[in-house]
Amino acid sequence: MTVHPPVTVVGAGPAGLAAASAATAAGARVRLIDAEPSPGGQYLRGDALGRAYDGAKVHGARVPDGVDYLPDTEVWALEPLPGGGARLHLRTGPADGSGGAVGAGRADPVGRPGPSTGRTTGEPDAAPPSGTTADDRPGPMGVRSAPSTRPRADDGRAAPLEATSTVAVHTVDAPVLVLATGAHDRVLPFPGWDLPGVVTAGAAQALAKSQRTAIGHNAVVAGTGPFLLPVARSLHGVGARVAAVLEAGAPVSGWLGDPGGAAAGLGKLGELAGHTAALARRRVPYRTRTAVIEAHGDGALEAVTTARLDPRWRPLPGTERTIAADALCLGFGFTPRLEAAIAAGCATSGGFVRVDAAQATSARGVFAAGEPTGIGGAALAAAEGEVAGTAAARAAGHPVAPPLGALRRVRTGRRFAAGLAAAHPIGPGWKEWPRDDTLVCRCEEVALRDLHAAARSAPGGRAFRLASRAGLGLCQGRVCGRNTAELIGLTDEDARRFDRRPIAVPIRLGDLADDT
Amino acid sequence: MFISLNTHWGCDVTGHPDAVVVGAGIVGAACAEALGRAGLRVTVVERGAPAGATTAGGEGNVLVSDKEPGPELELARSSLRRWPDVLRGAAAVAPDAPDPEWDPKGGLVAALGGEAGEPLTAFAAAQRAAGVDARAIGGGEARELEPGLSPEVGAAVLYPQDAQLQPVAAAAALLAAVRARGGEVRHGTAALGLVRGASGAVAGLRTDRGAIPCGAVVNACGPWAGEFSRLAGAPVDVRPRRGMVLVTAPLPPGTVRRKVYDADYVGAVGAGEADLRTSTVVESTHAGTVLIGSSRQRVGFDDTVRVEVLRAIARKAVALFPALARVPVMRAYGGFRPYTPDHLPVIGEDPRIPGLWHATGHEGAGIGLAAGTGHLLAALFTGAPTDTDPHPFRVLRGEETGRE
Repeated sequence: MTVHPPVTVVGAGPAGLAAASAATAAGARVRLIDAEPSPGGQYLRGDALGRAYDGAKVHGARVPDGVDYLPDTEVWALEPLPGGGARLHLRTGPADGSGGAVGAGRADPVGRPGPSTGRTTGEPDAAPPSGTTADDRPGPMGVRSAPSTRPRADDGRAAPLEATSTVAVHTVDAPVLVLATGAHDRVLPFPGWDLPGVVTAGAAQALAKSQRTAIGHNAVVAGTGPFLLPVARSLHGVGARVAAVLEAGAPVSGWLGDPGGAAAGLGKLGELAGHTAALARRRVPYRTRTAVIEAHGDGALEAVTTARLDPRWRPLPGTERTIAADALCLGFGFTPRLEAAIAAGCATSGGFVRVDAAQATSARGVFAAGEPTGIGGAALAAAEGEVAGTAAARAAGHPVAPPLGALRRVRTGRRFAAGLAAAHPIGPGWKEWPRDDTLVCRCEEVALRDLHAAARSAPGGRAFRLASRAGLGLCQGRVCGRNTAELIGLTDEDARRFDRRPIAVPIRLGDLADDT
Repeated sequence: MFISLNTHWGCDVTGHPDAVVVGAGIVGAACAEALGRAGLRVTVVERGAPAGATTAGGEGNVLVSDKEPGPELELARSSLRRWPDVLRGAAAVAPDAPDPEWDPKGGLVAALGGEAGEPLTAFAAAQRAAGVDARAIGGGEARELEPGLSPEVGAAVLYPQDAQLQPVAAAAALLAAVRARGGEVRHGTAALGLVRGASGAVAGLRTDRGAIPCGAVVNACGPWAGEFSRLAGAPVDVRPRRGMVLVTAPLPPGTVRRKVYDADYVGAVGAGEADLRTSTVVESTHAGTVLIGSSRQRVGFDDTVRVEVLRAIARKAVALFPALARVPVMRAYGGFRPYTPDHLPVIGEDPRIPGLWHATGHEGAGIGLAAGTGHLLAALFTGAPTDTDPHPFRVLRGEETGRE
C-alpha cells in the first residue's frame, strides 16, 4: 500500500486555511505552519471584523480537525528538495525568539553602532517591539511573520524572559507544499513618514482587531485602495476619532473604466459601500485624489499636511492643508511575500508567483495561493487556497474531484482583482513626495540623496545595495525595496533582489548552529 | 617618458582605447586604474553593474595573515603597501567617489584547543621570516584583545598589518579615478570575444553593443574568466568556488574588533576538493553588522542557498566566539570566487594571443591582492620595473600548458 506524503501548508490566513481544509477533505494528511499564535492571518485576525468585511466564502479562522497545526512557527529558511517540494527550516516559539534584535533595531532607528545600540541585540532584556505603542513604525508591520507586527500579550510589555528559551528549531521535508504566505502593506515615503505615530494601515487594523486598542486618539488614514475603509471603520470601532480618510486615487472613474471587472465584484462593492456609508454616518471625511505629503511632530506625530493630487499623484500647489493627528495609518496596496516561493525555486513574473489553473508553481510539488500569486483579497485567496489544497492532495496521491466552485470563484475573483488594480494604480507622482533628506530605507537610515549618490557610483546589482545600504537592515527591503527600485529606476532583475531573502526572519546564530 | 601609446600600440588616434578591461570587479577596476595612472587610455566593459558580483560578495579582506611564504604572500605584501596610496591617489583625482573605508584593523588568528596552537605558531614563524609582522600571543591575551573569544582558545597570532576595506566603494573609487583620467566605464555591456588582426594579435573586443577597437584586452572576469578566455580562444583554467557569509544585526561597537579567524582557515583556503569546507572568519563592518564566514565549495554556478552550509558556518563560529550564539543572523548571501587549481592568480599576457592579458584567479583574496595585481599588470604592460616576481603568476603554467 502506498504511503501518501502529507500536504504541508505555510500560512494560516484565508488561503492557507482553505488549502488545509480542502486537502483534509480530500483525505490528505495536512501539516499547517503559521507564524502567528492563532490562525486567521492578517485578514481574519481576531475575527472581530473579518466576517463583516467579507461575506463571501471565507473560512472562519478555524483550523480543520485532524490538521497537524504548528502555530508560532516561522519558516526561516527553505530549500528545494531534489524530488519536488521543499525542506522547511522552522523556528517554533514566541515571536521574538531572536527578535530582541528587532526590538533593539527598532528602538534604534539608526541601525548602526551608536549609543542607542548600546544594548546587545538579542539579549532578552532588550526592549521587544511593541505593537501597541505610539513609536510603532511602518516597518515590517503588517508582515505576518514580522515580530514587530505582533501585538504582545500584555500591551507591548517585554516578552517574559523564559519565552526566549522556548524557541526550538527543527526541519521538516515537504514534498507537497502549498505556500500561502500573504502580503504586507506598502508604504510610500514622504517627509516625516518615519515619525513615531506613523504606522501601516495593516498594523493599525491588527491592533484594533486583536487588542481592541486604537493606535491613537485622532487618526488619519491615507493611501489607496479599498482596504483603507475597513481600517478606518475598525479604528472608529475601538474608540479613535478618524479625522479623515484620504484616497490618493480617484476610484470611481477607475471602476467605470472596467465595468466588467466591477460587475465581477459586485458583492465587494456592496461591502465597500457599506463601509463608506458607515463612515459617512460618523461624519468621517473621505477625500479622493488627496494624500498626506508631510508629517510633522517633535519626536512623535502631531499633525499632517495633506494636498490634492493631480491624476499622476503630483501634489497640486496651493491645496495644502494641515490637520492635527497623533496617528497616521498608511496603506498603498500590498506587496506579496515572495521569499519562500523564490527560495523554493518558483518562477515569478511581474512581481508575483506564476501559477497554472491548479495553482501549481513552476517548482515541482509546490503550489501557491493568495496574495503571492496576485493581490486579490481574502475571498479570492480562499478560493485559490481551496484549489491549491485540492491540487496538492491530488499531487500527494489522493483521488479528488475538480473543485469547480472554487475554480469559478478564482476566475471571477481575478477579474475583480484586475479591476481593483486598475482602479488603484500607484501614481508615479509619489516620487516627488520625498525630499532629498527623506529616509527611504529606515532600517539603515538611507535618505533619498544617499540612494542617488549610490546609484552614481554603483548603478545596479548587489553593488547598488551595498553602496546605498538600502534594504540591508532588519526588514531586508520589505518596506523600501519597491520604493527604492522605482525611485532609482532599477532593472526588474535588480528589483527582484529585494525579494530574495535566504534567511527570511532573523535567527540566532546559536539556533542556526543547532538546527537539524 | 611615455609618449604616444596609441601609436605605440598601433591603434588609431581617434579615441580608441589602448586597453579594454573586461570586468569591473575590484581586480578589473584596479588594473584599469593602474593602466590609466600609467598614461594609457582605458575602457572598462562590464556586463552587469560594476562591482556587482564577486566583489560585492567579498568581506573586504586585505590580509597577509592567511598567506604562507611564497609568491602569493609577496603579492599580498606588495598590495598591502600599495592600497593606501592607490586609494589616496584615486580620491585626489575623483574626490566625490565614495569612501572605501580603509581600516588597518589588524587580524587575530586563534587556535581552538591545545594541539592546534603548534602548527599556527610554526606558520607564524615562517611568515615572520618572510617579513610579516606576526606576533604569537597566548589565549589569555587573545581574549583581552577580543573578549568574545572562546576560553578554549589556547594560542593566537596577532597580525597588525591586516586591513579591511569596503570592496564596492573601493571599486567605485578606482573606477571614478579611471573616468577622471579620461577613461570610460561601460556597464551593461557583455564581452563576446576578441577581434584579431592579420597577425593574430588583439585588434579589438567584440561586445553585444558592437566592437571596440583597441590594442589590448585584459580578462578580469573573476569566476567567469574561464568562460571569457574560451570565448577569446585562449582558455585558462579558472572555475567558480562558492562561498557563503552570514550577516548579523548591528551589534554594539567592540563586540568584534579585528578580523578574527580560526587557525584552520589557512588549510581551507589551500584545499582544492569540491567538498564543502568551512572555517570561521568573523569581523565587524562600519555599519555595525558582523560578517561571519566562510565556506568553500565547488558547485559550479549553482547559487541555491544551502542551509547545511549556513549551519556549518554557524557551528564553527559559535565554537570560536560563544558570545555570538545569542546574536541574530539577519541575512545570508553567497558569491563565487575565481578558483585556480594551484591557488595562484593568473596575471600577465597570454603567450598564445598577443594583446590578450589575464588578471584573475585570486580566489577569495581578490580584494586584498587587487592593488598589487593592478601594479604588476601595468608594469608588465608598460615595461616598467616591478617589485613582485611575475613568473609564478604567468598565464600558462603547469597543467594549462599545451591544453587547448
